[in-house]
Amino acid sequence: MSRRVESWGRLSREPHEWRPLTDRKQAAAAIAGGRGLVFGNGRSYGDVGLNPGGTLWSARGLDRFIAFDRDSGVIECEAGVTLRELIAVTLPQGWFVGVTPGTQDVTVGGAIANDVHGKNHHRGGSFGEHVESLELCRTDGQVIACGPGQQEPWFRATVGGLGLTGLITRARLRLRRVPGPWIESEALGFASVAEFVQLSDASLADWEYAVAWIDCLASRDGKLRGVIFRGNHVDDARPLPLRREWRWPFTPPLSLVNGVSLRAFNALYLMRQHAAAGRRMRQPYVPFFYPLDGVADWNRIYGPRGFYQYQCVLPPPDHEAAAAELLELIARSGSGSFLGVIKTFGSRPPAGLLSFPMPGITIALDFPNHGAATLRLFESLNAVVQRAGGRLYPAKDACMPRELFEQGYPRLAEFRAFRDPGLSSQLSRRLLGD
Amino acid sequence: MTHTLLVIGATSAIAHAVSRRHAARGARLVLLARDATRLEANAADLRVRGAAEVHCIAFDALDIDGHEAALSMAWAAVDDAGGFDAALLAWGSLPDQAACEASVAQALQAFDLNARSVLALLTLLAQRFERQGRGVIGIVSSPAGDRGRASNYVYGASKAAVTALASGLRHRLARKGVRVVTLLPGFVDTPMTAGFAKGPLWATPERVAQDIDRALAGGFGHVYTPWFWRWIMRVVRALPERIFVRTKL
Repeated sequence: MSRRVESWGRLSREPHEWRPLTDRKQAAAAIAGGRGLVFGNGRSYGDVGLNPGGTLWSARGLDRFIAFDRDSGVIECEAGVTLRELIAVTLPQGWFVGVTPGTQDVTVGGAIANDVHGKNHHRGGSFGEHVESLELCRTDGQVIACGPGQQEPWFRATVGGLGLTGLITRARLRLRRVPGPWIESEALGFASVAEFVQLSDASLADWEYAVAWIDCLASRDGKLRGVIFRGNHVDDARPLPLRREWRWPFTPPLSLVNGVSLRAFNALYLMRQHAAAGRRMRQPYVPFFYPLDGVADWNRIYGPRGFYQYQCVLPPPDHEAAAAELLELIARSGSGSFLGVIKTFGSRPPAGLLSFPMPGITIALDFPNHGAATLRLFESLNAVVQRAGGRLYPAKDACMPRELFEQGYPRLAEFRAFRDPGLSSQLSRRLLGD
Repeated sequence: MTHTLLVIGATSAIAHAVSRRHAARGARLVLLARDATRLEANAADLRVRGAAEVHCIAFDALDIDGHEAALSMAWAAVDDAGGFDAALLAWGSLPDQAACEASVAQALQAFDLNARSVLALLTLLAQRFERQGRGVIGIVSSPAGDRGRASNYVYGASKAAVTALASGLRHRLARKGVRVVTLLPGFVDTPMTAGFAKGPLWATPERVAQDIDRALAGGFGHVYTPWFWRWIMRVVRALPERIFVRTKL
C-alpha cells in the first residue's frame, strides 16, 4: 500500500510502499529478497528513516514483550515496542531503562539502530551499552543472533548502524534498579560555555543526570544565558499526579517559531527557571526526561515547511571555544529555536562502529526550515564542527555533507562490510553512496 | 480483584489489544486461537504486561465438532474461579468480494467462518453462561452488517447474521444475569485491512479496544466504535433503495 511518510522534522512527505510487519516469526520471510528500509516510530528528525519511492517495512507492529525477569531486570521484547510501553511495564516493578533519549516514543529497534543517548552519558553511556543481545534478519534470509561476546562484530555494526545491517526483530535489554518514578532535580543558571562545563563537571560526582537549556538569542560576545538541570532518581512514596496529555491540533500556515515568539518564550521560560535556580524540587520522571512529550505532535508548530534539528558533538581540546563560536553564529543568524540543548559526554568506549557520542560537548538546536538561508547557516556551523574534529548526529540529520560524515565517523570503512545490500535509506544514499 | 476473561480468536489485533488492557489490570486470561505459535507469542506478551495467568488453547472455528472440547478446556483452566467474568468473540476474515462473486465455494467459506461458526460456538457458550448466571459476552460484529453494499455484501451478510444472533442472545439472557454486547468496529488498522489505503475514518486497535472494554464493563450495548459510525450507519440505513442503488459504497 502506498503511504506518504514524513519524519519528525516534516521536511518531506513522499510516498513509500508501506509494508507493516506484525509477526516476528514471519518477519524474516517478509523481507527476504526485498529491497527497502525498516521504519520504527518516526521520531528521527531527518532522512535516516526515509526511503522515498521505495519500500518501508514498518516494525511498529512487532510490539510484543517476550520475557521479563523481575529479579535480574533483564527484559526481552520485539523491536517495535516503544520505550513508553516498556517503562509502563517495568517502572512499577522498580526497573528503568539504563539510558533514555528525550522522548519515550522511540522504538527499541530505533534506539539501537541510532544508538541513542540521554542525560547520563558519563555513567550510563549510550543505549547500546544496555543491550545484551539482539536478533538480526537480513534480506538474504540469514538470521543472526548477536550481542557482546556473541557474533560481536555484527552487534557492533548494528548498534548505531542506522538500520542498514538488517531488521532487528527482538532484543534483550538490561534495565537498572530505581527507587521509583520520582526525580530529585535542581536548576542552576550559567552565563558562559566555560561556566557550563564547570557546572556540568561539578555535577558528575553527585548527580546522575545533567542537561542544560540555552537561550541562543541572548548569547553575544561570549555571554550566554542558560540553565543546567541535574537530577537523581529518588525514593518517594507519593503516587504520581495524573498528567493531562495535550496535542497540538493543526499545522499553522507559517512557522510559529520566529524571532518574536522565540524571544518572548526564551525570556519567559528562563525567567521561570532562574526563579527556581538553586532550589531542589521533586518531579515525576516524565516532565524531567520528556518535557516535550507533554504536547503530542509539537513538531507541527514549525508549519508546513518543517524544521531541521542540528546536533553536533565537539571534542576537546577546542570544545569550549568551538561551542562558543557555534552559539555566536546561531545568535547572529537570529533563527534558532526555543529548544537549545547542551550536554557533556563522558569518555566511555562507543557501543557501535558508528555511534555518535564521543567525549566533549554536544549541542542540539531546532531551526525552522527557511530554505537556502538555513542551509547557509548550517554550512558555517559545519565548518566549526569540522575544524574542531567533531561530528553530526545522523538520527537528526537531513543535510550534512558527505566529507563531514566521513571525517566524523572514521570506522565507516569497517562498517560497510556489514551492510545489508537490500537495505538503504535516503540518508545512506546521501552519505554512503548507496 | 482478579477477573477472568475468555478470548476466542485471541490473535486478532483487536482481541489482543483488549487482552492487553485486561493483562495490565492483572486478569486471568484464557486465549483460544488457531495459530499456536502466534498465540504463544501473545501469551508471553500478556504475562509480561501483568496478567495473573494466561492459558492457551488451540481452537479452529471451522472445526465445529471441536468447539465443545475447546470450551471444556477453557472452563477447566479456570475451574476454581467459577467460570468467566467475560468472554470476547473476535475471529473472522474479510473475504475478497470479487472472489466471492465468482465462486460459490469462496462465498460459502467466508460465510462459514464469519457466521456459521459463530452461531455454533455461541450456542454452546450461551448454555455455559446461562448456567453460570453471570458474566458478559462481547461479540465483535461489524457496521458492514447494517446494510448489504455492492463492495462487500458477502462479508456484510455474514456480519448481519452475527449482529442478529447477538441481539437475540442479549434478549434471551438479559433476565438470566448475563449481558451480551454487540461490538461494531468501523475501519480498523489491523493486518486484516493491511491492503487498504487509510484515511481519517480509520482507528487503531487500541482506540477500539478502549470502547470494547467500556462496553464489557457495563450496559446492554450495541456499540459502534469509534462512536461516529453510529451516525454514519444511520444515514446509510436511511437511504431509500432507489437512491442507494445509485451510490458507490
